[in-house]
Amino acid sequence: MTDILNAIIVFANFVLVPGAAYGAQLALGALGITLVYGVLRFSNFAHGDTMAFGAMVTVLVTWWMQGHGVSLGVLPTALLALPFGVAATALFVLATDRVVYRFYRRQRSAPVIFVIVSVGVMFIMNGVVRFIIGPDDQDFADGARFIVSARDFRDMTGLDEGLAIKSTALLTIVVALVVMAALFWFLQKTRMGKAMRAYADNEDLALLSGVNPDRVVMVAWILVAALATVAGVLYGLDKTFKPFTYFQLLLPMFAAAIVGGIGNPVGAILGGFVIAYSEVAVTYAYKRFLGHLLPESLAPESLVQLLGTEYKFAVSFIILVVVLLIRPTGILRGKTI
Amino acid sequence: MIRVENVHKHFGGVRAVNGATLEIAQGSITGLIGPNGAGKTTLFNCIAGAFPPTSGRVWLGEEEITGLTPHELFAKGLLRTFQIAHEFSSLTVRDNLMMVPPDQSGERLWDAWFSPRKVQAEEAAIRRKADEVIEFLNISHVADELAGNLSGGQKKLLELGRTMMVEAKIVFLDEVGAGVNRTLLNTIGDAIIRLNKERGYTFCMIEHDMDFIGRLCDPVIVMAEGTVLMQGTAEQVLSDERVIEAYLGHGVKNKAEVGG
Repeated sequence: MTDILNAIIVFANFVLVPGAAYGAQLALGALGITLVYGVLRFSNFAHGDTMAFGAMVTVLVTWWMQGHGVSLGVLPTALLALPFGVAATALFVLATDRVVYRFYRRQRSAPVIFVIVSVGVMFIMNGVVRFIIGPDDQDFADGARFIVSARDFRDMTGLDEGLAIKSTALLTIVVALVVMAALFWFLQKTRMGKAMRAYADNEDLALLSGVNPDRVVMVAWILVAALATVAGVLYGLDKTFKPFTYFQLLLPMFAAAIVGGIGNPVGAILGGFVIAYSEVAVTYAYKRFLGHLLPESLAPESLVQLLGTEYKFAVSFIILVVVLLIRPTGILRGKTI
Repeated sequence: MIRVENVHKHFGGVRAVNGATLEIAQGSITGLIGPNGAGKTTLFNCIAGAFPPTSGRVWLGEEEITGLTPHELFAKGLLRTFQIAHEFSSLTVRDNLMMVPPDQSGERLWDAWFSPRKVQAEEAAIRRKADEVIEFLNISHVADELAGNLSGGQKKLLELGRTMMVEAKIVFLDEVGAGVNRTLLNTIGDAIIRLNKERGYTFCMIEHDMDFIGRLCDPVIVMAEGTVLMQGTAEQVLSDERVIEAYLGHGVKNKAEVGG
């Protein structure tokens, strides 16, 4: 019996809990991508670096606050700095839209042009972030590290395995849930949210109704900036802030958005968790897990790891390819690409 | 009300509209007929701003509106419906209608955050209006249905309903009766006449159903091969030899030559 419990705990500790946090981060990122795709009708390759930019501003403000002795106690100071990050990113993204995307929108350029333009924007943002904060890891997390540490858990339960729950993991999930609820409330209930859905649904008709396209586009960018910054900061708190990792996140985030059904916000969330759990489950070494379950004679010698962690991005890529082949619209039907 | 002066629209080598000149009188229900490919919808698109004409000018009253965008024309009271009904498929019928009035305060961030009372009052007024329109069009039973689930005919009614949500000056109807059964067609016809009489809407409609045209339209303008062939009452037009020829094609006379 204790063996089974130990197996469950070790699985929860290394797969369930980290996967939930990572899934929430991917889901927030995929929501931003899906929103751009639905409202502005292109795949935004600059989204990863928008996250990096938002996280960077938040890191800088957090440092400034820490320097002045501002603190939230057990919660990370970054939460206080988050609104500043969102505001700065919104301004930056709106300026980009004014200078770059608006020109192509007026030209009624094809979506593929927008995609290439967004690649250009990506490189610029990439450079800006590295120029300001540098390419290295930055530490900005403070507050309590653990809600439950592995040792406390072991002492509490008397089991061999410990379940550590990082405070950032719980924080990620709570913040992500709040942000998603707010987003859905906005899209379903408010006048502007409905106008945005109308615009995403049928642009021609929206132009022939009272929907103001400039305003819809502006609010969409603000939402995207907010989602990207929140996702970026949560990821940074949970792991570490490094500009390049956000660029790497682009693939799993796109995979999440497409697997769930691009253009569909519920799909983006679902896709985020599908990708996150696949990645974690496939790259996890099951040796200890199986060691608890199997009799000693059968206990595995090797790591029992399907894929090395360095290949984790291949997982999202494979899922992406399979979904595009079998069900191109995604799990919940989105727009076909 | 609307004056179209020598409008051309070319797509590459195709001269879809080739020097159309016509006038739509205030308060009229003008019919626009012609065989397929005569350039009716293209002319509509030029007037309603879907794309600018290659050359020529369009006037609304005393004001030139050539090349304005649909959004700008909407603000001036020029509305249109589509040949294939457009709707916001993921919104309810009522929300579809409520989307129409422009510049609602709920769309402004400032008002949405800081004066929710004003936004609510305005929204309630628009909702009442939408319910009136729903009542008028006799579609109360589907008011809370997603517009994407409506039948083709109901979507056409919804198209017409959208034009009733604002004070329009002129409405362009592109085959509002196509693919609609007789009963529904009569409902649509009644609605058009009432809007014309009671609210002074001017209509210009592309239509293929001659009974429908005969009942509603005066005058009727006939287009063929990108230009205006003639204008007159429905009876005059339908008995005119040129019109019959345009519809049935030159092939009737020279069948052997064309090769059947």
